[in-house]
Amino acid sequence: MTGVLVSTTINGDAVQFACPTDETLLDSLRNRVGLTGAKEGCGTGDCGACSITLDGRLVCACLVLGVEANGREIGTVEGLVEDGKLHPLQEKFIEHAALQCGICTPGFLVAAKTLLEKNPKPSEEQIRYALAGNLCRCTGYDKIVRAVQAAAKEMRKK
Amino acid sequence: MGHDTNYQDREFKTIGTRVKRPDGIDKVTGRAKYGADAFAPGQLVGKVLRSPHAHAIIQKIDISKAEKLAGVKAIITSADLPDLTGSNRGMTDILENCMARGRALYHGHAVAAVAAIDEQTAKQALKLIKVTYKLLPHVTDVDEAMLPDAPIIQDFVLQDGKPSNIAGISTFGHGDVDAGFAEADVIVEKSYKTEQTHQGYIEPHACLANVSSDGSGELWVTTQGHFSFRVVCSTLLGLDMAKLKVTSSEIGGGFGGKTHVWTEPLALALSRKANRPVKLVMTRDEVFKASGPTSSTSMDIKIGAKKDGTITAATAILRYQDGAFPGIWGMLGAMTAYACYDLKNVKTVGHDVLVNRPKVAAYRAPSAPMAAFGVESTMDLVANEIGMSPLDFRIKNAAKEGTQASYGPVYGPIGIGPTLEAVKKHPHMRAKLKKNQGRGMACGFWFNFGGQTCVDLNIGPDGTVSLTIGTIDVGGSRASLSLIVAEELGIPYDQVRTNIGDTASLGHNDTTEGSRGTFSSGMAAIFAARDAVGVLRERAAKMWDIPVDDVVWADGVATATGAKHSNLPPLTLADIAAKAASTGGPIAGHNEVVADNAGVSFASHICDVEVDPDTGGTKIIRYTVIQDAGKAIHPDYVEGQFQGGAAQGIGWALNEEYIYGADGCLQNTGFLDYRIPVCSDLPFIDTQILEIPNPNHPYGVRGVGETSIVPPLAAIGNAVSHAAGVRMTHIPMSAPRILKAIDDAKA
Repeated sequence: MTGVLVSTTINGDAVQFACPTDETLLDSLRNRVGLTGAKEGCGTGDCGACSITLDGRLVCACLVLGVEANGREIGTVEGLVEDGKLHPLQEKFIEHAALQCGICTPGFLVAAKTLLEKNPKPSEEQIRYALAGNLCRCTGYDKIVRAVQAAAKEMRKK
Repeated sequence: MGHDTNYQDREFKTIGTRVKRPDGIDKVTGRAKYGADAFAPGQLVGKVLRSPHAHAIIQKIDISKAEKLAGVKAIITSADLPDLTGSNRGMTDILENCMARGRALYHGHAVAAVAAIDEQTAKQALKLIKVTYKLLPHVTDVDEAMLPDAPIIQDFVLQDGKPSNIAGISTFGHGDVDAGFAEADVIVEKSYKTEQTHQGYIEPHACLANVSSDGSGELWVTTQGHFSFRVVCSTLLGLDMAKLKVTSSEIGGGFGGKTHVWTEPLALALSRKANRPVKLVMTRDEVFKASGPTSSTSMDIKIGAKKDGTITAATAILRYQDGAFPGIWGMLGAMTAYACYDLKNVKTVGHDVLVNRPKVAAYRAPSAPMAAFGVESTMDLVANEIGMSPLDFRIKNAAKEGTQASYGPVYGPIGIGPTLEAVKKHPHMRAKLKKNQGRGMACGFWFNFGGQTCVDLNIGPDGTVSLTIGTIDVGGSRASLSLIVAEELGIPYDQVRTNIGDTASLGHNDTTEGSRGTFSSGMAAIFAARDAVGVLRERAAKMWDIPVDDVVWADGVATATGAKHSNLPPLTLADIAAKAASTGGPIAGHNEVVADNAGVSFASHICDVEVDPDTGGTKIIRYTVIQDAGKAIHPDYVEGQFQGGAAQGIGWALNEEYIYGADGCLQNTGFLDYRIPVCSDLPFIDTQILEIPNPNHPYGVRGVGETSIVPPLAAIGNAVSHAAGVRMTHIPMSAPRILKAIDDAKA
C-alpha cells in the first residue's frame, strides 16, 4: 500500500490516519478511524447512507477520497450528540418511529441537520427535496418527514 | 384452524401504546452494528469474481498468477466446494447458485473468490484470475423461455420427459369455469406483463466468517434467518451444525432478499482455506446482479360476471420466471390471484419458468403483487363494462368468513369486506380531483406464516425481564415483543428488554419471513411469560409458606388470596427475584411452538395520481392504505409497514425494472438507473388500521408486514387509466410506456 498521512478534524477531534491514495473517505472513516456510523449502500453517491459534512457541506463520503480530508473538518452522525444529549433530530426520529431497519438513519440525520442549519423553518416540500438524495426503503419517508418537521419546531423554540 | 391458543377478547394496558423502541438510540447515534460493521483480529477481505456472460460453459479457471500475488491468502473455485448435499436438489441448487459448477447460468454468477490482506490486493487478485468461457445461447424473457426451441437452462428439468424451462405447473381452484363463463353477461380477457424488481434494501449483503482449524466456526451476518443460514452453510461446507455459531447483525432491510444465502458459504470456505477470518461485503452492483430479485411475469386474466355484479367465473394463467433455478413463485401467484373473492368457479395455473437471470428470492408477499395487478386491473374493466362502481363490484364479490378460498382453505374471520367498507367511508374517496388526475383502488391478500419459534424469558435478580428471541428485528419488533411481555406480566414496558439470540442460545427458529416475527415470537413470548408467572407464583407461595393455589398473579404482583392471608402484602417481581437464590434459583419462562394458523391478511388501497399528458410522467397525489392487523401491538410500526410496502409498490408500479440487453447482461446495476422512490416522489401515505382478531393468536394478532405491497401496482394502474384514459397492461408504467399508450390511443 502506498499510504499518505492525513491530518483532519472529525467531530471536533484532531485525527490522523494513513490511507492509500485511491481509498474513499468512507472506507477511511469506517476501516481506519473506526467510525462505522456512515454506511455504504451503493458506493456511487446514489443512496446517501454515507452522508457526512466536509467543512460544513453535505457530501457522500463514498465520493470523496480519504486524502482529500487533509486539513478539513468532518462531521459524522457520531458527532450529533452534544454534552451527552441527543440532538432534537435524533430524539424526534425515535419518537416518531422514523426508522425501521435504521441503515439509512445516520445519513438522513446528517442531511436533515444540514438542512435545518440553513433553513430552520422548511416547508414539507423543502424537506422532501433536501432529503431526496437519501434513500430509505422501509418507511415510505412519511414518518421521516414528520420527525424532521417536529425537530425543526422543537429547535425553533430554543 | 384447530390450534387452541385461547383467544381472549381482552382490554389491553400496554399493547397498542406507541413506546420508544429499545434499539432506537443505537440506530440514531451510529452505534448499531450492521453486517459490514464487525471486525475480527487478523481479518481478510473477501471478493468474488463473477461471470460477465449470461450463459457460458466455464472451460478453465487459471488462478496461478493470482495465487502468486503477495497478500493473497486463499482462492476458491467450485472445486473447493465439493457437493455434500446428497439427493437434496434444493440444497444442490443453493450450492450451484453460490458458485457456478462448470456453467455460468446468469450475468453475475459467482465463478471464483479470493481472500487477501486488503481490498486493493483482493481486487487486483480478481483481475489476475483467467477464466476461459464458451458462450451458450441465453434467454432472459419468461415467454421466450417457454418456446420449444428456447435454450435449456437446467438439464434436470423435464416436461413430458423432455428438457424444458418449465420447472413447475401448479393448478388451483374449484367449480366449473366453463359453465361459469357460459352464465356470464360480460367477459373480460386481458394479458399483462410485469418486469423484474429488486427488494432494494439499502444494506448490501455482508458477513464476517471465522472457521477454525478444528472445524468449528462463527458467522456474523446480516440475515433474516440466522438459524436457517446455519442449516444451509453447515450442510454445504460439511460442518457440524452445533459447532457453527451464526449471529445475526442488525439488518439494514431485507424484504425477503435476506432469507437466502448468497456469498456466506463462500466467506466460510475462504476462511477455512486461509485459516483466518474473512469479511465479505457485496457491492451494490453485485447485489443487483447476484442476489435474489423477484420474478418478471406474463399473465392472462379472464373474469366473467352477471349484470348484477356477481362474478360467475374467473381464470388466471400465470407465467413467472424463477431465474436459473426452480422456485415456487408461479405457484404462489396462482394461490394468491383470486384470494380476495368469493368465487363459485375459479381456476388458476401458475408456471415456474427458468431463464438466465439470478435465482429469484422472496420479495414481500412474494408473487402476489403481480397476480393482483392482473386481477385487480381486470376487476375494474369488468365493473366498467357492467356499469357498476369498481368499489361496489368488489364489495359484492368479497370473500368472507366461510368462503372457500380459491387456493383451497375455508376462511375464518377475515378483513377484506371491512377494508372495502372502510374505503367507502374514507374522506380520500371524496377528495376533489383536478385536471389530468385520476383515482384508483385495489385489494390485496397475503397468507402470513407462523412456523417454528422458541424464546427464553429470564428474570434478573433486580426484577427486570430479558426476552431472548430467534426471529430478527427489521422494523421495531423488539419494541412490540417487549410490549407483549409487559402486558402479560403486568409490568411497565421499560422493565422488559428484548434481545436477539444467536444460534447457540436458542433452539431452531424459522426464518423471519411471512410476516411472522411479531406474530410467532409474540405468541411464544406470551406462553413463556405465562410459564414464568407459574414459577413466580410458586416462589411467592414458598416465601409466604402457603399453598401455591392461594397465590394469584395480577397487575405485576403476587397476591395471597383468602381471608387467612389478608395480612400478607403483595410481592412484586423485584421482591420475588431478590429471593430467587433461596427459593429455587433463577426464574425463567420458556416456550417452543409451531405457531400455525397465522391469520390471513387483507388490504384495500386508494390512490390518486396526476399524469402529465406531454411526458407520461406520473405523480402520486394521495395514497391511503387500509389493512387488517388483527391487533396492532405497536401502531407506529404497523403504520410503518403499511407505508413502506405502499412505497415499494409505488416504485414497482412506476419506475423500477431490471433491464437486460440483447447480450443477456443486466444494464442497470445501481440506484441511479434502478430508481427507487425518493422522498420528493411521494406524498404522506395515510393509513387506517382495522382490527379483526385472528382467533389463532392469544391477542388476535395477524402478520402485517407484507400485504401492503400487493395492491399498489393495480391501484396505480387503475388510477392512471382514469387520469390518462389509457389502460396500462405493462409494469412499470414508466413515463415512456404511458406516453406511448396515450399516443397509441390518439392514433
